Amino acid sequence: MIRMCLGIPGEIVAIRPDNPDIATVDVSGVRRAINIGLLDACPPGPGDWVLIHVGFALSRIDEAEAQAAMEFLTSIGRAYDDELAALRASSID
Amino acid sequence: MTAAAQRGGAGGTGGAGGGARGPGGRGGAGVLDRVEAARRRRPKLRDTHITSAHGAGGKATATLIDAVFLEALRNPLLEPLEDAAVFTAGAERLALTTDSFVVTPLFFPGGSIGDLAVNGTVNDLAVAGARPLHLACAVILEEGMDVEELRRIVGDLAGAAARAGVSVVTGDTKVVQRGRADGCYITTTGVGLVDPDLHLGASMARPGDVVLVTGPIGDHGITVLLARGELDISADLRSDTAPLTGLAARLLTATGPRSDHSRHGEHDGRSEHRGHGGLRAMRDATRGGVATILNEVARASGVGVVVDEDAVPVRTEVRGACELLGLDPLYVACEGRMVAVVAPEAADAALAALRADPLGAGAAVIGRVVDEPPGTVLLNTTFGGTRIVDLLVGDPLPRIC
Amino acid sequence: MRFVDEYRDAGTARALSARIAGLCEPGRDYAFMEVCGGHTHTIYKHGLEDHLPPAVSLVHGPGCPVCVIPMGRVDDAMHIARQDGVIMTSFGDMMRVPGSHGSFFDANAEGTDIRMVYSPLDSLKIARANPDRRVVFMAIGFETTTPSTAMTVRRAAQEGLRNFSIFCNHITIVPALRAILDSPDVRLDGFVGPGHVSTVIGCRPYDFIPRDYGRPLVVSGFEPLDILQSIHHLLRQLRDGRCEVENQYTRVVAAEGNPVALAAIDEVLEPRADFEWRGLGRIPWSAMQVRERYAAFDAERIFAPPGARVEDPKACQCGEVLTGVIKPWECKVFGTGCTPETPIGACMVSPEGACAAFYNFGRLRHRTLGAESGSAGNAKAPKAVSTA
Repeated sequence: MIRMCLGIPGEIVAIRPDNPDIATVDVSGVRRAINIGLLDACPPGPGDWVLIHVGFALSRIDEAEAQAAMEFLTSIGRAYDDELAALRASSID
Repeated sequence: MTAAAQRGGAGGTGGAGGGARGPGGRGGAGVLDRVEAARRRRPKLRDTHITSAHGAGGKATATLIDAVFLEALRNPLLEPLEDAAVFTAGAERLALTTDSFVVTPLFFPGGSIGDLAVNGTVNDLAVAGARPLHLACAVILEEGMDVEELRRIVGDLAGAAARAGVSVVTGDTKVVQRGRADGCYITTTGVGLVDPDLHLGASMARPGDVVLVTGPIGDHGITVLLARGELDISADLRSDTAPLTGLAARLLTATGPRSDHSRHGEHDGRSEHRGHGGLRAMRDATRGGVATILNEVARASGVGVVVDEDAVPVRTEVRGACELLGLDPLYVACEGRMVAVVAPEAADAALAALRADPLGAGAAVIGRVVDEPPGTVLLNTTFGGTRIVDLLVGDPLPRIC
Repeated sequence: MRFVDEYRDAGTARALSARIAGLCEPGRDYAFMEVCGGHTHTIYKHGLEDHLPPAVSLVHGPGCPVCVIPMGRVDDAMHIARQDGVIMTSFGDMMRVPGSHGSFFDANAEGTDIRMVYSPLDSLKIARANPDRRVVFMAIGFETTTPSTAMTVRRAAQEGLRNFSIFCNHITIVPALRAILDSPDVRLDGFVGPGHVSTVIGCRPYDFIPRDYGRPLVVSGFEPLDILQSIHHLLRQLRDGRCEVENQYTRVVAAEGNPVALAAIDEVLEPRADFEWRGLGRIPWSAMQVRERYAAFDAERIFAPPGARVEDPKACQCGEVLTGVIKPWECKVFGTGCTPETPIGACMVSPEGACAAFYNFGRLRHRTLGAESGSAGNAKAPKAVSTA
């Protein structure tokens, strides 16, 4: 089933010189031309990541925000590992 | 508790405490049992016309075959619906199979309809444990087709036959009006020899058995899908079309004669045959992909199959295309990959034997056969959850084989 | 895959799961609605509920655009597809949705030319390649998809294409949320908010939910860790006595949305006074139609489909499923009369539909999986969740 309700992150690798609304994106080694006209307010360039939906870039992916959110998640993971380690240590008589 | 249960809504029997989140939580497993009973019923063909779903290799295909073909042609050799029928003729045990190829485009990275027409049929013989002997080849050509194109296709066909060690010994050619076929359709029929003591099949899997796949999955399906050009997606991918005869022979040798592995299957009385030593079943994962094969094994053997998502080899490009299109690689076709079910004690030898062949370099253990739940394939997800991997429901993927 | 794999990590999920359990007040049950069908799909596809404590349950919402299209609109689409020279194009999701006389696939078997496309721009391409045919795009979806349709129509107008039009079925999420909040049957503690819709409309349109209805909403991404984190944030709000709109999906969603996208929608489309939703009934100002200025691209004006109102089949309880009043398996025909092979309702068809997701992925969730079910080459055993 080719599903519509998908938003997939992709990296812009090139902007078409004859049509700045069209960019080539790379999704895990797979390339497609997508329309980036919806990002006109702040056009992305090669190396930027965008969210792709039905052939359009819907939004730019904010790397700083992604990193901050990931730090929150990894800190929870670390704290959990520490707790588990402490629990294990305490259960050894 | 669910919102409905909080309201004490209809059917809310108060639940069995604990995890009332699921259907098992209210009034036991009543709903699930009802659903399972419905699933066990022979599916009825309700469609009045053939739709593309009937060709997708999923539930609709199975229903059509059962209701129309099996209904009219039923016999003990056809009934198991294996890749090839195996029977005795004179002193020999023979395997017979046939397959039609309607792929568009006719040429794609890594092969053409000519390669597929040989490999598809040869592989159906190979996974039945047969040594392929001869092929018959029937071709339907569309008026207007370029003869040079046809020459290339037949050249590919000849090359593939040579690689697989078979010869095309008879054939037929028909031409239909322009617009009545996509250039060319090919049907091949193959016959092979089977060792008299060899008994393999989807019904031979036993709890504890190990499930292997011979390489990354989905290459062929995604390659052809992209080669059609309609999706405007490009990737550096090639079809995996290849003969599996070599890998099958290696597996048979590595898993040894049956006497070495007599521990399994002897006491359960489910089958008088114990398989070939440690090898229970081989299937080539074509239409419907690995998921479909595993469901067939689970059902035919009355066992569960648990697959580890992390262990399933998938190329990054195949994954990328699948994420982009909302496809699941487990359902995407291969044309040169096999799923093998082997006894646990034969698993290491089987894996080593596969990896020793360049075609099996990417072989991996992807899962295990379990007792419960019978007839079901489960996936341990990367995320640490568990879900069902069901038969495909009439997926509208374009023609890829 | 970047921005995907790191949000599927089982170790982080287990840690988050422990935090979630810690945030639950003993003896209290929580029900959160995930609004989007995309969320529902993620939840089942990754087995996310295995990481939730029994006290937290997820209620599947109406955010599956395919599921809420009423049968009458499917019939109208087929009416258009049957007109002379028409090529109808549609996302794959729509192809198997039953109208009163079968699905698009069935219609194709009887002679219509309905094709699947990945993008509305692909329909435009088909129109250019077939100047002697009339190409219609079956436009469906929430605000996530609407800008793409609007941009496509604008493009067609710029090119002066005369054989392209859209059958507009675009809908808006806020009226649907309001309808659910006004429903007396639904008890919810908060919402996992639509992430991709919010990339377009931003976070402010949800302010009325905490303000008027006293429920928190966390705008959430679509990877499983995103959803788990959003559930964590909802529980944290409840514990802290807060009730607000929070944004978990900051890497993609800006508070003000995408003004370019909103402007494109506004140029081409306008709110429709009234639209019928499957399960929710008629909701005023809940959908979009083509503006007069773009009338030449409006299939409703060109083909004047009958617009008949078709009652859902009697046995179908899609409406109650879509509003979260019942769980999929509580429907009378779930898994027996209505299965993915022979669906009665759209919830059993769409990969985002709650019934299809539960049937295909989650059916056996609460059954003991057996002691032997540990998987090969890995000590990680599926969680045996027994309630029997």
